[in-house]
Amino acid sequence: MLTKSIHKAAFGLAVGLSVSLPVVAQTDAEKAIDRYRELVADGNPAELWEAKGEDLWKKKRGPKNASLEKCDLGLGPGVVKGAYVSLPRYFDDVKKVQDLETRIVTCMDQHQGIKAKAAVYDRDDHKDVISLVAWIASESRGMPVNVPQSHPEEKRMYEVGKRVFFYRAGPYDFACATCHAADNTRIRLQGLPNLTNNEPAGKAFTSWPAYRVSNSQLWPMQKRLEDCFRQQRFPYVEFGSDVTIALSSYMGVTGKGVKSLAPTIKR
Amino acid sequence: MKKSTLIIAGLSFVLTGCATMYSAAELDKMAKEAVEKSFVEKGIAKKERINQDAINLACTSAELSKTPLSGEATRKLEAAEYQAIKYPADGKFLGDWKAGERVAQGGGGSTYSDSASAPNGGNCYNCHQISKEEISHGTLGPSLYNFGKLRGNSEAVVKYTWGKIYNAKAFNACTNMPRFGHQGILTEGQMKDLMALLLDPASPVNK
Repeated sequence: MLTKSIHKAAFGLAVGLSVSLPVVAQTDAEKAIDRYRELVADGNPAELWEAKGEDLWKKKRGPKNASLEKCDLGLGPGVVKGAYVSLPRYFDDVKKVQDLETRIVTCMDQHQGIKAKAAVYDRDDHKDVISLVAWIASESRGMPVNVPQSHPEEKRMYEVGKRVFFYRAGPYDFACATCHAADNTRIRLQGLPNLTNNEPAGKAFTSWPAYRVSNSQLWPMQKRLEDCFRQQRFPYVEFGSDVTIALSSYMGVTGKGVKSLAPTIKR
Repeated sequence: MKKSTLIIAGLSFVLTGCATMYSAAELDKMAKEAVEKSFVEKGIAKKERINQDAINLACTSAELSKTPLSGEATRKLEAAEYQAIKYPADGKFLGDWKAGERVAQGGGGSTYSDSASAPNGGNCYNCHQISKEEISHGTLGPSLYNFGKLRGNSEAVVKYTWGKIYNAKAFNACTNMPRFGHQGILTEGQMKDLMALLLDPASPVNK
């Protein structure tokens, strides 16, 4: 499992983060942080989730005693390679746009008869969803982001996502755009990607799932967005809700063509 | 000349029109509905937090469309915010700069994982350089180092600085800075301490 490409991808991310900081002389603290990023990039524990996810995909489970090998992630039954970089997309069987996490829940139901409880991060069936996400994402590593915009619902979700991105509210008047619509800005020493631009949007979009060193957890995009809204001082954004799918669509479409990094490692 | 302008106008309508089957106004409504549907109350974060007041609505729409607010709209919105500024009842604006430094350092409070009794931090260093000693500072806002040294502490400067902390939108409608007094994020005492951090000649900010 431990491949050179993982090292390269994660190291590339660390370098990418450091060069996105403003062009000023690096302080000792910033140098130390870059060194730390290099160190943690050497071996990503996300591999543990990837291995479990591959197992879960192939294992017969649930009331139907079936694997997920016929699950359609958008590129046809059983096609995993390239699926991560082309989601969210519209699925005719459920008549809506789904991201990877919500699609996995649908597949567990359709193929295995598992009515997944996935509303709470890392609880119940969501543990399995996280592992599956890690493996499926890893199968698209290095592939260009290609979130489709051919179905009217996909276009609508992009447009809704763009509006949600700029939506200012809450006691602090924050929108996603407050921190993510300008180049070369930071909160404390943390560089902030400008998600309205192609390259940073694509990098951010494919940075999740990520293994987070600070809490030893694997965070998929749904959890990343939920915690952004928590820090925005918004109410709780529900798993798989329209806002989360719409924001993923906005980021993915904006980040078109950028080569996928996930799963990555973060502080 | 006129004809070609019309053609260009028509073409740009078609180009934006074919993005989706819906008008911009319909999409605005759908986005609002998505927000209504997607968030639920949790802990201290009540559902009503997703509601927008007039200034947030206007700034969202300006940023989304990349069309700055008109001068008149800006003046109207800023005036309404300015009129709601409350100054300290006892007329004293400056507290303790050391306590102010702690408020400036704090970034917690008001999330759904915080308790109602947890005091809010000022989040100041998240976006601003303030004292030279703290190197871990953000860059979303301007540097406030030497704030008082550069401006003095005349009555006008003191009143302006209070207003800016209390409600930055009174001076810059679509600023990214939270309205610390107006929204009840910081107490009057915390804001006085921040005032001292910025304006007290003894504060490290003014060294």
